[in-house]
Amino acid sequence: MKLVDIANHVVAHAVRLARVDVVSAYPITPQTQVIEEISRLIDEGLMDCEYIPVESEHSAMAALIGAAATGVRAFSATSAHGLAYMHELLHWAAGIRLPMVMVNVNRAMGPGWNIWCDHQDSIAQRDTGWVQLYCASHQEIADTVIQAFRISEDPRVILPVMVNYDAFFLSHSYMQVDLPEQEDVDRFLPPFRTSWKLDLEHPLTHGSVIYPDDYEEVRFSMQQAQDNAREVIRVAAEEYREIIGRYHGDLLDRHLVNDADHLIVAMGSIASESRVAVDQLREKGYPVGLARVRSFRPFPVEEIAALLKGKKTVVVLDKDVSFGIGGALYTEVKSSAYGKSQAQIYNFITGLGGRDVTYKVIAKATEEAIKGKLRKPINWPTLRLNEHHLISVEGMVKKR
Amino acid sequence: MAELPAWKNINFACIVFEPGNAREYLTGDWRSLRPERDDSKCVKCGECWMYCPDAAIYQDERGFYAVDYDYCKGCGICAKECAHGAIVMVEECE
Repeated sequence: MKLVDIANHVVAHAVRLARVDVVSAYPITPQTQVIEEISRLIDEGLMDCEYIPVESEHSAMAALIGAAATGVRAFSATSAHGLAYMHELLHWAAGIRLPMVMVNVNRAMGPGWNIWCDHQDSIAQRDTGWVQLYCASHQEIADTVIQAFRISEDPRVILPVMVNYDAFFLSHSYMQVDLPEQEDVDRFLPPFRTSWKLDLEHPLTHGSVIYPDDYEEVRFSMQQAQDNAREVIRVAAEEYREIIGRYHGDLLDRHLVNDADHLIVAMGSIASESRVAVDQLREKGYPVGLARVRSFRPFPVEEIAALLKGKKTVVVLDKDVSFGIGGALYTEVKSSAYGKSQAQIYNFITGLGGRDVTYKVIAKATEEAIKGKLRKPINWPTLRLNEHHLISVEGMVKKR
Repeated sequence: MAELPAWKNINFACIVFEPGNAREYLTGDWRSLRPERDDSKCVKCGECWMYCPDAAIYQDERGFYAVDYDYCKGCGICAKECAHGAIVMVEECE
């Protein structure tokens, strides 16, 4: 079924197709229309699901943990400060190994209050044990939410999965989406079968104290699960292509990388913008390619290392800052390339708090990097340096 | 020291599948002070039994309130609350 809608509504349809049993969410700001649309679908009888509106995001995740522990398919949605408020329970969901899927609409963190897009919210939850996927189009969001349940519930993984997409650029913009048929989704995503659950007939204890004798072993098993998730993500993407006929890449989405001397690495909607920049740079004669990171956790360490081998210049775009070092994606790409690539790796921190970054900005900054004009590895290409400085070649902020 | 299982052999996410096995863990070995009752002062009022936060005091067959040293952590609340001074805390190492 084809429809033209905003990404938040598209997610609700993907959740319906995934036959989710329980949705728990805080329905007020920074919540998005994902939950509105799900409650409408339930209300109109289009979706057989229990919706629990709770009083905070902390409670939303607590209720979701409780629901998932009873062995049902569980889903939630949040954004920015809501995600931050869940922080403690994100560790709990991953630590007691509960499969569930949550979408996070990527927004900047305050202060100052800013509801626009960057990746700071989810990057700040990087080390909670959740699988983190990033999408770049409405169609990919719909397909990835369905894939996310497969990944999360795979016996080799059994970790919660966070599907991230950019606020406003994707969340509130309209685009055409081809929703898969229910029978195809059912073939791809069988009913959830849990290996354990809370059950009055067979009582058990989970999430209780773990002494120093065992704690490291439990944490190691989570690291193993993340490592296993690489293959599971690949297989899920392949089988989705076979059954439903669409493919958005596995851990990486590659564009013109094979003959490229230079590479742009990015996540989310800014990667779509980079694709246009790549094509423009190609026209100018620069052999540039694009690697869009779909899976930030697990990180595609080997794929990035293989891709960077023999490359001359690599530009990593970050819509986030790990204050005190640089962009989070940049540090991961650099560490993956260690000992494997001689490329000069540059970081562009840009698009924070919803600042628009056009393909022209990306193309210009990348060209400067290729020509060796950048003196420092970490650059802020859209930063206003003084009152005479236009923030971009587009002149997005007029001189007052 | 007993051999500990490798990471693969630990219950998934450290789930405890046998309910009620907290009983096997004897918290009495946390104790550094031991409560001791003087039968000549005890009036069997049961105040210590009411106050014990670990339910480690029980009434014995003679009606006295005895301490279950397997689970008594030696907090001393019983000795503090006893209105008749019948319970004293004694160093475990003595």
